Amino acid sequence: MIQDRRSLLKTAAAASVVPAVGLPARARAQSTTIKIGVLNDQSGVYRDISGPTSTACVRQAIVDSGITAKGVNVEVLQADHQNKPDVGSTIARQWIDRDGVDVIVDVPNSSVALAVNGIVREKNKAYFNSTGATTDLTGAQCSPNTVHWTYDTYMLARSTGGAMVKAGGDSWFFITADYAFGHALERDTSTFVKAAGGKVLGGVKHPLQSTDFSSYLLQAQQSRAKVIGLANAGTDTINSVKQAAEFGVTRRGTKIAVLLMFINDVHSLGLQAAQGLVCTESFYWDLNDRTRAFTNRVRGSLGGNYPAMSHAGCYASVLHYLKVVADMGAAAAKASGADAVARMKAMPTDDDCFGQGSIRADGRKLHPAYLFEVKTPEESKGPWDYYKLLQTTSAEEAWRPLSEGGCSLIRT
Amino acid sequence: MSADSITATPETSHVRGLPGLQALGFNRAQSIAFLILLAFLVVGPFVLYPVFLMKLLCFALFACAFNLLIGYVGLLSFGHAMFFGMGGYLAAHSAKVWGFTPELAILTGGAIGALLGVVSGWLAIRRQGIYFAMITLALAQMVYFLCLQMRFTGGEDGIQGVPRGHLFGLLDLSADMSIYWLVAAVFLLGFLLINRIIHSPFGQVLTAIRENEPRAISLGYRVDDYKMLAFVLSATLAGVAGGTKALVFGIATLTDVYWAMSGEVVLMTLLGGLGTVFGPAVGAAVIVTMQNYLAEFGAWVTVIQGAIFVVCVIAFRAGIVGEVARWLRVRL
Amino acid sequence: MIEDLLFQLELGLPQLVLGLVNGAFYALLSLGLAVIFGMLNVINFAHGAQFMMGAFVAWMLLAWGGIGYWPALIISPLIVGAFGMVLEKLLISRLYKLDHLYGLLLTFGLALIIEGVFRNQFGSSGLPYTPPASLGGAPVDLGFMFLPKYRLWVVVASLVLCLGTWLVIEKTRLGAYLRAATENAALVQAFGVNVPRMVTLTYAAGVALAAFAGVLAAPIYSVNPQMGSSLIITVFAVVVIGGMGSILGSVITGFGLGLVEGLTKVFYPEASSTVIFVIMAIVLLARPAGLFGRA
Repeated sequence: MIQDRRSLLKTAAAASVVPAVGLPARARAQSTTIKIGVLNDQSGVYRDISGPTSTACVRQAIVDSGITAKGVNVEVLQADHQNKPDVGSTIARQWIDRDGVDVIVDVPNSSVALAVNGIVREKNKAYFNSTGATTDLTGAQCSPNTVHWTYDTYMLARSTGGAMVKAGGDSWFFITADYAFGHALERDTSTFVKAAGGKVLGGVKHPLQSTDFSSYLLQAQQSRAKVIGLANAGTDTINSVKQAAEFGVTRRGTKIAVLLMFINDVHSLGLQAAQGLVCTESFYWDLNDRTRAFTNRVRGSLGGNYPAMSHAGCYASVLHYLKVVADMGAAAAKASGADAVARMKAMPTDDDCFGQGSIRADGRKLHPAYLFEVKTPEESKGPWDYYKLLQTTSAEEAWRPLSEGGCSLIRT
Repeated sequence: MSADSITATPETSHVRGLPGLQALGFNRAQSIAFLILLAFLVVGPFVLYPVFLMKLLCFALFACAFNLLIGYVGLLSFGHAMFFGMGGYLAAHSAKVWGFTPELAILTGGAIGALLGVVSGWLAIRRQGIYFAMITLALAQMVYFLCLQMRFTGGEDGIQGVPRGHLFGLLDLSADMSIYWLVAAVFLLGFLLINRIIHSPFGQVLTAIRENEPRAISLGYRVDDYKMLAFVLSATLAGVAGGTKALVFGIATLTDVYWAMSGEVVLMTLLGGLGTVFGPAVGAAVIVTMQNYLAEFGAWVTVIQGAIFVVCVIAFRAGIVGEVARWLRVRL
Repeated sequence: MIEDLLFQLELGLPQLVLGLVNGAFYALLSLGLAVIFGMLNVINFAHGAQFMMGAFVAWMLLAWGGIGYWPALIISPLIVGAFGMVLEKLLISRLYKLDHLYGLLLTFGLALIIEGVFRNQFGSSGLPYTPPASLGGAPVDLGFMFLPKYRLWVVVASLVLCLGTWLVIEKTRLGAYLRAATENAALVQAFGVNVPRMVTLTYAAGVALAAFAGVLAAPIYSVNPQMGSSLIITVFAVVVIGGMGSILGSVITGFGLGLVEGLTKVFYPEASSTVIFVIMAIVLLARPAGLFGRA
C-alpha cells in the first residue's frame, strides 16, 4: 500500500503548531512538556499495522484530550525499531536518557516489546504497549510501569479458538510457524478448542519466512479438519491465505482461522483471497457510532490507511494517560512513570475505540474481543468494509485470569 | 601486487614507529592514529552517549575480525553473522542461565565462534572466491534457521534480560560507565591482537597467499592450514564481539545471526578500507552512527547503505582510511 | 506393510508434484545466475531483487495500466531486462578488470537499493495479484490430488523456458558465440563480434529470466519487497550444489532440489528450509566443484 509521506508530515507539522498558537501567554509560561515516543516499525512487515498511522493516532489523542488548553505541552517523537530488539532498546534508552521522553507507545514485535519493557521499568517511565502480542508483558515480566493495551496471544487464542468451536468449527488442524510465538499461539488455541469440546486432528510446523505453503495446506486438507488454524504472522500468513485460496481449500466448507491478523492484512490480501477468513480484533472502525466517529476524525491524516486495533490502542492509551496527567499534574506524571500508571489503573477508561473498560493490577487493559469473518467481495459495500461480527467475548472472559499470569506485582 | 586483488593497500611507508608503539608493529602514522584512538576511547564516554559508544566498539571489533580474513587473506565471507550472533547467544545464555561472570561469558562467546569457525571453515575453505562467499552465506543461513528453532535461543524473542553481572565476581557492571571500560578493554585487546597477527610471520604468509596463492603453495606453505587458522581466528574474535554486545544490551537475538548482518559487516569494512588497520573501526563508526541518526527514515537506511556499497565498489575501493592514507602517503 | 507403503506414497506423491513447482522457480533462477556467471563472471546478488521487480512490474501493469497477466508475462521481463541493461552499462561493466568479488559486492548493494525503494513505495505487507481467469477456477484432478491449474502452468512454463534457453545456447549460432566468448573473449572480439554488447545482452537476458520467474510467482506468493531476498540465498545453495559448469546442470539441480524439499515437508517439515543447506555441505565434502561443475 502506498503511504503519502508528505501529507503525514504536514499533519505532523500542523499538530505540533497547535499548542504554540492556541495558548494564552501566561499558560505557556507555566507549561511543562510531556514527551511521547512512538516506537514501531516504519519500514518492515509491521509498518501498516503500526508505522506512521500509530503516530497520527497518538496526535489525534492529544488533540482530543484538550490537554494543551490546560497548559501542558505534548511533544511526539517517532522512530523505527526495524524489528530489531537491540535497535529498539538503544532508541528507548536514548530517548529517555537524552531526549527526556516520558512515555513510549506502540512497539510491535514481541521481542522488541519485551526489551523496551525492561528499560522503561529501570528508568521509571511509562510504557503503553499496543501492538506487541506476548502475554509475558503482564505475566513473568510484568512491570508497574507498563500497560498492555490492545491484545495478547491468550486473548486471540481464547476468542478465535473458543468462539470458533461455538460457531461450529469443532475439529482443527494447525499450520504453525516454528518458533516461540507460533508454538505459544498453537498451544493456547488448542487448549480452548479442547475446552469448548472440539478436537485437534493434527498440525504441521513450518520454518519462519516460508514461501510455499501448498504442501502444508494439502496435509491440512487430508486431515479433513473443519478449521485450519494459522498460527503464524506477517508474510507467512499472507502467503498461506493466498495459497489456500488458490487450492480452493475454503470451497469445500473448511474455515481458515487466522490467529493473528489485522484489517490492513485483509486490505493487502484483497477480498478475493481473504473472504471467509476468521480472525479476532478488539477494535473495528465500523463497529459502532463511536468507532466510526473516531475513524472519521483521524482518517484524513492516515494517507489512505485505516486504523486497526493496534492503532486504536495507541490512541486510547495516550488519551487515558493524558487524562491522568491533567488530573495529577504534568510534573508529577513526569517524575514517576509508575505513579502515573498506578493512577491510570485506578481510573476507569472510556474512549471512542474500546468504549468503557479498566486496567488490571498486572497492567492488562480489559475490553471485549470480537471474532470477525471477512466479507465476500459481494457483501462489501465500500472501501475497507471488510468484517462482519461473528461472536463477542466479554471483557471478563477474554483475558488470562490474574492468578494464572504469574505476575510478581500481584503477590506483593 | 596484482591489479585484480580485492584489497588495495597503499604504498608502504618505511617510516619507523614511535619507540613505545613500535613493539606493537605500528609505523609512525599508525602510532599517531593509535594514540588518537586511545584518546577517543578515554574521552568518548564523557562526551558521547556511552551505550552508543559501546555498540560502536562491538561492531568495530567485529569489523576488524572480519577484515583479518578479507583484508589479509583475501577471503570474502558472507556469513560472519553466524559467529557474531552465536557468540551473542552463548554469552547471553552462559551469563543468564549458567551464572558465568561477564569475562567468562564473553570468552564462551569466543569459544563458540571458534567451534563454528572450525566446522564452517572446514567446508568453506574447499572453494575460493565467490564460491567461498556463497558457501559461507548458505551456512550462515542454516545457522540462522537452527537458531530460530533451538530452544535455548528463545526463538524470535531471543535471550532477554541478560545480567551484566560482576567482573571477576567483584566489580558491579550494571552502570553504563563501568561496563564501558570492560568493552573498551575487550575492543583494544582484540584490536591489538589482530594487529599483532597481521605483523607476525604468520600474517606475512597470509598476505602472500592473498597476493599469489599458487606461488605460496609452490614455496611449500600448506595454504589451506593457514587459511583455516585465519578463518578460525576471525570467527573467534567475531564471537567475542557478539558476546560483548549481548552483555551490553542484555539481549541476544536473531538480528545478529541474520544474513543482513553479514552484509553490514562487509559494508563497514569496505567503507573503512579493506586491508587497513584502522579502516574497519572507522567504517563501523560511520555505519553505526548513520543507522542511529537516520533510524527515523525507515527503509531509506537500507537504500543509503546500498548506495554506499555501490559508490565504494565503483569509485572508492580503498575506503575512507585507504584514501586518507593514500593522500597522506602513509600506511594506516 | 505394503498398505503402509501405499499410504506413504499417497501422501508423498502430491508433495513431489508440489516440490516440482518450487523446483521450477529454483531452476529458472539458478539458470539465470548461471547464464550471467558464464559470461560476466559475476554472481548476480541482485537476482532476487530483480525477481521481485518482475512481480511488482506485473502488479503495476495490472493496477495502473489495466494490462493483464499474459501481456505482463512478456512486458515485465522486457522492462526489467532493460533495467538490467542500464545497470550493466553504467555500473557492472566497470568491474570486469577487477576481482570477481567486487561484482558480488556491487550487486549486493544494488539489491539493497532496489529492495529499499520498493519497501518505501509499497510497504512490506504485500500486494494482491490474482491469477488470470483462464488458469483460475477449480483445481485439476490428477487422480491422487487436486492441483490448481496455475501450478501446472508454472511447471510447464519453466520447463519450456529452461529447455529453450539451453537450445539457444547449445544449438544456435548466437549460442556458439556466447560459449566461445565465455572461453576467450579477446579471440571472439578479434573475429569481429561485438563482445561488450553481447555481455550486456546476456546480463539483460539473465535478469529477464529472473523477472519472468517473478511474474510467474506473483499470483501464488505474496508480492512483497522481500520475496526475492529470502529466495536468493536458497538459490545460491542450489548453485553451489549444481556447480556453475553447465546450463543443463543448473536446471536439473533446481528441479531435483525442489523434489527433495517437497519430500522433506512430509517427513520432517521443520527441516524443510535447512535440507538444501545440508545437501550443500555433503556435496561440498564429496565433490567440492559441485555435481555438474568443473573443478
